[in-house]
Amino acid sequence: MTITTTDATDPTAPARPRTRPRRTTTAGPQGLRTVGLYVLAVLIGLGVWQLIAMKYGPSLVASPKETLSADRELAADGTLGNSVIASSRRILIGWGLGVVVGAPVGLLIGQIRIVRQLLEPYIEFFRFIPPVAFVTLAVVWLGIGETSKVVLIFYTAVFIVTLNTSAGVMAVNENKLRAAASLGASRRQILQRVVLPSTVPYILTGARLAMGNSFLTIVSAEIVAAQVGLGSLIWTSRNYGRIDWVFVGIITLGILGLVYDRILRVIAMRVLHKYGAKV
Amino acid sequence: MTKVTAPRTGTRTPRAGIRTGARTEPTAGRGAALRVEDAGISFGDFRAVQGIDLDIPAGEFLCLLGPSGCGKSTLLSAMAGFLQVSEGSLTADGVPVSGPDPDLGMVFQSSEALFDWMTVQQNVTFGPRMRGRSRAEQNRVADEFLGLVGLRHCADRYPGQLSGGMRQRVQIARVLANEPGVVLMDEPFGALDAQTRQVLQQETARIWRASGCTVVFVTHDIDEAILLADRIAVMTAGPAASIKSLYEVDLPRPRDESDPAALRLRTKLREDIGEEVRKAMRDQGLDDRGLDGQELDDRLDREAKGA
Repeated sequence: MTITTTDATDPTAPARPRTRPRRTTTAGPQGLRTVGLYVLAVLIGLGVWQLIAMKYGPSLVASPKETLSADRELAADGTLGNSVIASSRRILIGWGLGVVVGAPVGLLIGQIRIVRQLLEPYIEFFRFIPPVAFVTLAVVWLGIGETSKVVLIFYTAVFIVTLNTSAGVMAVNENKLRAAASLGASRRQILQRVVLPSTVPYILTGARLAMGNSFLTIVSAEIVAAQVGLGSLIWTSRNYGRIDWVFVGIITLGILGLVYDRILRVIAMRVLHKYGAKV
Repeated sequence: MTKVTAPRTGTRTPRAGIRTGARTEPTAGRGAALRVEDAGISFGDFRAVQGIDLDIPAGEFLCLLGPSGCGKSTLLSAMAGFLQVSEGSLTADGVPVSGPDPDLGMVFQSSEALFDWMTVQQNVTFGPRMRGRSRAEQNRVADEFLGLVGLRHCADRYPGQLSGGMRQRVQIARVLANEPGVVLMDEPFGALDAQTRQVLQQETARIWRASGCTVVFVTHDIDEAILLADRIAVMTAGPAASIKSLYEVDLPRPRDESDPAALRLRTKLREDIGEEVRKAMRDQGLDDRGLDGQELDDRLDREAKGA
């Protein structure tokens, strides 16, 4: 392996992005080291998993090899791909609605006292009730179709986005608001041009946390009567006694979450770094 | 230099000769006159300032000088319309100040007041943009006022990419872009290093002459006040602070700190403020005996550095 060190200052690079966060962590010797350590950590994890599987046997723990072959089996008949697509769809729709509704509501709560006083009791009440508690009601009220699942994901996403956004609004620097008012901006202009951009990093944090919550919720949302989906895969595998399928479902869920979070972070860094979003 | 004891209402001292020279090149709006009559500001039961009488003629550079926590910034906030006076009156060109107004610009001590997600140019044109000025007009304003503060080459940068001194220049340009009658400055150079502060003080004097606005400048740095002001209003220690005395600074500009007249004024101001600091310490239950000479000097220096 050859490591070529290049000088950090590239004369052809544009001068502007001086304060941009380090985007390319994989470049240079430091980046190689990081990637190397990630690989090492994964290998150690696989080793430990293998040892545990050998100790307890396939009826309790599927080994990495068994999981891989189960993965091939499920991928071959299309079950895995369909599950990923079905679960992703529910998560993205529910989470997307959660962000689209949660952010404006959070802005209003943070900005207008009477809205805050009217909505705060409900938010403080419902955020302690986990979505799994609503599974039965969701099915009874909304049927066994997609709606009940999407609504559960929406439920788990919307509060965290709202709370983060309103916290962001209240944290806007007082001097920025005063400066804007004294420069002649109206209330509406201040909300649009100052409060909203200042709050973007908070909305983004809320959206990422909401994505995590959505993944936590998808399995319980698919408990009842889902034909297809990663959660449903995990639940139905139990009926067939296929521990290796359960492992495939769990690992796919984890990888999918990781990928979505990465995508969110990349978008955040590319588009929103100037709003001070630290990711 | 004459010491005029407060309260002083209505009697306007004739302006010094330097001023008329300054008025020959007004590029921005002319200054507005501020008048504060028997004003007091309270927060609930707490009285921050009271019995303030100030008559600031159009185009004057007035420094509000006083020990930390004496209510200078509170008074300035009221002049900007961020706070309402609880008693007395506060008018700009005869109109009561009832809220924030583009004609009453504010330069904040902290550059947190800048909009970090906008470029320098977008920051400077914020006021005109909010009031629906055309793009051509915005570009003209940006060009003129970025030129005035020497930042034309930084128009496309973000505030986070600038030094502290440059950020304060952006704040000044952003306020001037509204062509205000009054520019209020709240210890704008308090957080800067000594060299940068000195450069910006000279720049402020130049910009003020070029713009012709009225300036009210809050500081606890005696030298800064002497360097910049037409008049210096010394405030008493808070709470319930008021104006202790007013000094006319008729020294030629550009000013030289080592001018004997400036040194004499400096000594007087130090005595004046020293008295207030001692009083404040007594009020806080601290012993002020033995606090004289060198010790007082040290304490005043610390005050001046914002310690």
